[in-house]
Amino acid sequence: MIESMKAGTMTSERDSAKLFASLLIFWIMLNGTLAIDTLIIGVLACLAITYFFRDSLSYLTDFKMTPQAFVAAIKYFFFFLKELVVSNVRIARIVISPDLPINPGIVKVRTKLTSPMGRLLLANSITLTPGTLTVEIEDEWYYIHWVTADATDIEAATNKIVAGFECHLEVMYG
Amino acid sequence: MQTLLDIIGGILLVSGTTFLMLGGLGLVRMPDIFNRIQAGTKATTLGTLLTLAGIGFMHPEWSVKLLLIGLFLLFTNPLSSHVLARSAERSGVDKTPKTRIDAFAEDHGDPS
Repeated sequence: MIESMKAGTMTSERDSAKLFASLLIFWIMLNGTLAIDTLIIGVLACLAITYFFRDSLSYLTDFKMTPQAFVAAIKYFFFFLKELVVSNVRIARIVISPDLPINPGIVKVRTKLTSPMGRLLLANSITLTPGTLTVEIEDEWYYIHWVTADATDIEAATNKIVAGFECHLEVMYG
Repeated sequence: MQTLLDIIGGILLVSGTTFLMLGGLGLVRMPDIFNRIQAGTKATTLGTLLTLAGIGFMHPEWSVKLLLIGLFLLFTNPLSSHVLARSAERSGVDKTPKTRIDAFAEDHGDPS
């Protein structure tokens, strides 16, 4: 993952600029002021962070700057919110039922995504959705702990857990 | 207007804390570490987000910061859950007898 990030210095410079810009925006939002002393401290801190973490992943790394990608990002966000609510309610119902109807298991699924950031976001989305928890990632394989393991073979589990997020992330990161 | 916002905020706060409480209950009731992570750290995601939204309705002037707190939560919560689960799996923590399948142990051998 890291090797591929260090591929070109051109792209890494652009990534650094994007990282710096988003950090600074974050800082300004957090402070809610444009006072000059606050800004100077923010710029210095953001420069330091950008310098030390320039080779690390950022959410903008590999993001395709196309209109389709932005639309997909919005769709992904709302799909994610829907999943979050639905699965939270499902887990809550399991927790309050007297006989605790769980059926846990660790299943293996496969992703079509190739970019490291896309894979990371997919793993995080799976983990954030209650009921599924990414235990291990090995290349394109994910091992996922599933509270209600309805499907144990790779294809069926992939369809149930991964496919919904994947179709949006594929447009965003490839 | 402020009363209306307070009412909406109050409803969101109550539903958020209900989810948090159910998360805590899940932590007690679930049989093994993996299921506890599921209930304890993630049934709380929605709970915390709803609580933050509720505070946002009561104090609209804080909403930008609350939004950032929510974002931080969404980015950091899965990482810590994942690290806990991964180290548990690698060190071979016992799983509940209800476990149907363990694809990881099948592929890597059982460390326990």
